[in-house]
Parts: sequence; structure tokens; C-alpha cells
Amino acid sequence: MSKVMSMRDAVAANVHDGDVVAIEGFTHLICFAAGHEIIRQRKRDLTLARLTPDLIYDQMVAAGTARKLVFSWLGNPGVGGLHAIRRRVEDADPAPLELEEYSHFGMVGRYTAGASNLPFFPLRSYFETDLPKANPLIRPIRSPFGDEMVYAVPPLKPDVTIVHAQRADAAGNTQMWGLLGCQKEAAFAAKRVVIVVEELVEEAVIRADPNRTVIPGLIVDAVVVEPFGAHPSYVQGSYDRDNHFYRDWDAIARDAATLEAWLDEWVYGVDGRAQYVEKLGAERVAGLKPSGQALSGAVEYGVYR
Amino acid sequence: MSEPRAAANTAGTASGAPASAFSKSEMMIVAAARELAGQRVCFVGVGLPNIAVNLARLTVAPTLELVYESGAFGSKPARLPLSIGDPTIVTGATAAVSMFELFSFYLQGGLVDVGFLGAAQIDRFGNINSTVIGEYEHPKTRLPGSGGACEIAINARQVFVIMRQSKRSFVDRIDFRTSPGNLGGAEAAARIRREQGWLGRGPSVVVTDLGIYHFDDSGEMRLDSIHPGATLEQIRDTIGWEPRLAETLATTPSPTPEELRLIREQLDPEGAYTK
Repeated sequence: MSKVMSMRDAVAANVHDGDVVAIEGFTHLICFAAGHEIIRQRKRDLTLARLTPDLIYDQMVAAGTARKLVFSWLGNPGVGGLHAIRRRVEDADPAPLELEEYSHFGMVGRYTAGASNLPFFPLRSYFETDLPKANPLIRPIRSPFGDEMVYAVPPLKPDVTIVHAQRADAAGNTQMWGLLGCQKEAAFAAKRVVIVVEELVEEAVIRADPNRTVIPGLIVDAVVVEPFGAHPSYVQGSYDRDNHFYRDWDAIARDAATLEAWLDEWVYGVDGRAQYVEKLGAERVAGLKPSGQALSGAVEYGVYR
Repeated sequence: MSEPRAAANTAGTASGAPASAFSKSEMMIVAAARELAGQRVCFVGVGLPNIAVNLARLTVAPTLELVYESGAFGSKPARLPLSIGDPTIVTGATAAVSMFELFSFYLQGGLVDVGFLGAAQIDRFGNINSTVIGEYEHPKTRLPGSGGACEIAINARQVFVIMRQSKRSFVDRIDFRTSPGNLGGAEAAARIRREQGWLGRGPSVVVTDLGIYHFDDSGEMRLDSIHPGATLEQIRDTIGWEPRLAETLATTPSPTPEELRLIREQLDPEGAYTK
């Protein structure tokens, strides 16, 4: 059965006010298209989970969708800070923002515990740091097999996880390559999963390379086909990270009014990703193409009858 | 503010260019890269570590395996990645793995020789703050936070730090301990690391824009080398405690023309890190 639907319908059906939402993807495959649709639908009181909130959560926080962030690294990678989020945290401007803070490994462990139905995830981190004081959900535990102490973090089970990928079939069987981040863990941990892809493919394409399948259609609720949906982040093999936009965002976000004008123009002012891409212009889009091809070699699976 | 920097063709000698021919940032990057000689597996952080490690790979440590927390192992980036999740670290890498595998098997499993960190604040024992300036609940400045730094400081066999010196960053007391160094001193730190099964022995080098520090037997930072053009007065003016000095203070050899060429032409032609 096809799960293919528009971004508008997928967000309306799967993202509700007050939800815990994870739009994952570590630098790579960040679904800005879904974040923008959530802003357009004026969702409120969301708890936004992501290792690196990145520009997408700076935009969603600025647009007033969120009351809380669950995260491990809060910055504009390679550039600096996230100014809309900082205004909320440092000056409660225009309102306070609740923070629940871990390390990267802690966040990955939280999704892993959530995906595997475990009460906690143990890790060798946090020793002699102030992080457990800042977040009392990071707790020391003793090994049941000896005296060793480790730290434990609780499971994270998002109401909805949104994953951008290179391709999926209509049932939601999803393949991706390049940096995999923790999308698999975040998807298996979630109650609902929305897959957004560059390309919709036949089931046979998926079945021809089963090792590349990261998320099975079994856990997927919606499939959205949205080319260029990860811009200004990137999709390995399709388009590059728009580093100029990441640098530009610093100036845009420093001033609340400039940021508001940007949202008006680029989010509220378009009806979806296709219009956003059109507005970016063919030249900008073409400029983000990889400078050359690097095809993987095909492997032999063999036929066994 | 950008520092004045002379053209690349300024007369250099076998031992390097005169101090006027390179920027303080370039000296810092070169000094950090040289410290990686002989190392096998290095966990690369965002920003300055990124360029220093890539320079090392092209100079003193050709067999260095670059590990990025984003999940790339054995990267051979064809351009300087702006972020640590750049697509160039994947194409041609040995492996692209999930972050679960990266942190569980590669880092916590003990395969990382050097973790390379930057910081907003550091104290004399190499404890690091990258979380907040001011109180946690009501920060004056909200910084990025740990990312992977906390587990890198605990699980990498040793930690290198690269950061610019200033009274605001080299402080007597850090506002928040994000990543543990030698805690309150080497003896207690070694005991705690042993008792709790940490794989890492903690910080071993701090490279700044003014000099190179290692850690003495008490676990405190000691200035071993001063960069050409820098003075002890500058060192003292930019550090929040009375720094310990090596008995024989060395002068860091200037960047070679080849090191400068690699930085300016190949690694950072836009000057994103070196200005």
C-alpha cells in the first residue's frame, strides 16, 4: 500500500501541538522542508530533539513552534552560534526556552534505548563533569557484574521522527548512504515515522541492494517526495552543503526583525519546497551539484534457488 | 579582525619564514599539526583542529587515520571541510558508520589515540568548558555544549587542545566543567581515571597562538615553547594564573614555506581559519 503523500498532509497527520519531534540527520540529510512546513502549519509547544539543533531548529524556535530543546551541541557548525535560540536562553527573549542537555554519545544512547525498549543506556562518559548536575536525568549506576561505575541516560521515544534520505519505495523502505548519523535509532525509537526522499523508486531497486536499507517500511507512516528538501544541508551524491547560507544565517539570525523578514519571505511566503527551490534559482541549485562523480562499485548478491 | 600577513613568496629559510611572514593563527595550526607526528588515529573536532589535523596528514603524519564524530573513519578530504559533517569526508573514506558504532566501538572501544579539542575556557589542569559563561541556569553566554567532547576527553588515549590565549579563555576557574582534564591535579586524576576505567590519560598538549604547553608531573600546564614573535609578557598578559615555564624555554620553529603553501593554497584558500 502506498504511503506517499504531500508534505502538507504528512505534517498535518503526524505532527501535533505538544509533540516530541526529532528531525535527525548529522549535518547531512537534515529535512529543512519538513521543518518549514511545521512552521507554516503553526504547530506549538513542541519539544524538539536533535543532537545538533542546527539552523533548522533556530528557525523553528524563532517561529515560536517550540517550548523545549533536547540536544547535545548547540551551534552553527563551522560558523558560530544559533542566535534565536541564544536570545531565548540568555535573555528569555521573547520567552524562556527549556533545555535538556546531553553529549552526542548520550543522545545516540537515548535513541538506542528507545529503539530497543530498554530502560536506560549505559556509557563511559560524564565522569567528573558538571553535566549530571545540569541534567539530573544523567545518573551514575554500578555494574551488576562488579564495582565499575558508568553513567546511564534514559530512553528517548519521539512522538514523531522525520528522516530525509536519498530514496525510498512507496511503502517506505528507505535507503541512504554517506553519513548515517543516528537516523535509524531515532526512527525505530519513534511512535510515528515520516520519510522524505529525493527520489521515489520501485520496490525492485530496494530489493536489489538490501544492505543499503536503513529503515524498513514496517515502521514508516508517510513517504514524501521532496527533491532538494534538505537544503541548505546536503544529500551525499546529489547536492552539496550550502556553506554560504550557513554563513549568511549568522547575520540574519542576529537580529530578530531580520530573521522574521527571512521567515516571511522564505517560509511563510512560499507554499512548499518546490516554490522555495524555484525561488533559490537555477544557478544557485546548479552550483551545489557535486564537482564530479564517485560511483560505488556494484556487489554480487547471487541468485539462490 | 584579520592579522596582517605577508605574501607567500616572502623569503623563507630552510628553518622557516621570518615571523612577519605568517599570522599567529598559521603558527598555531602548524605547531599543532607537528605535535601529531607518530600518531595513528585522531578524532577530529570542528574548527581549528580540523585544519591542523588535515595539515598533519599532508606533512608529519601521512598514515594518520582521521575519525570524524559524524561517522567517517579514514577520511581523505579533497577540500577543507567547513563542518565536520561535510560530504568530502565521506567520498574516498575507509568507512562511513553510524554514530552509535563510532562512539561505541571506535571511541569507547579504545581505538582513538588522540582526541583534538577546542574550548571556550581552560584551566591550568586542562579541564575544559565549552558549555556556558556564567551560571548554567542563567548563562551570560550560552556556548554550544559538549557535543562529543566529554566522551572524547574520557576515552581518547590522550587529548590535544588548540585555542587562542586570552584572559577570558585561560582562567583560574572555569565556569562549567564540560570535559575533564587533570581535575585538581595529576595524582588524584590518575587515581580516578584508573578506578573508573577511563581509557584516556587526559590532556597532553595545549597549542595556542603564542606557544606550546605540555603538562608537568603535578598535572599543571607548563610552557615549553614560545612562538617566534611572541613574548613572555604577552604570555603572562593572556593567562589567568602565573604560568609554569620549562627550565629551557624553546622557540617554536617558524612554519616552513611548504607548510604555509599547504595552508594557503590547499587547505584554507579563503582564510576561514587563518585570519
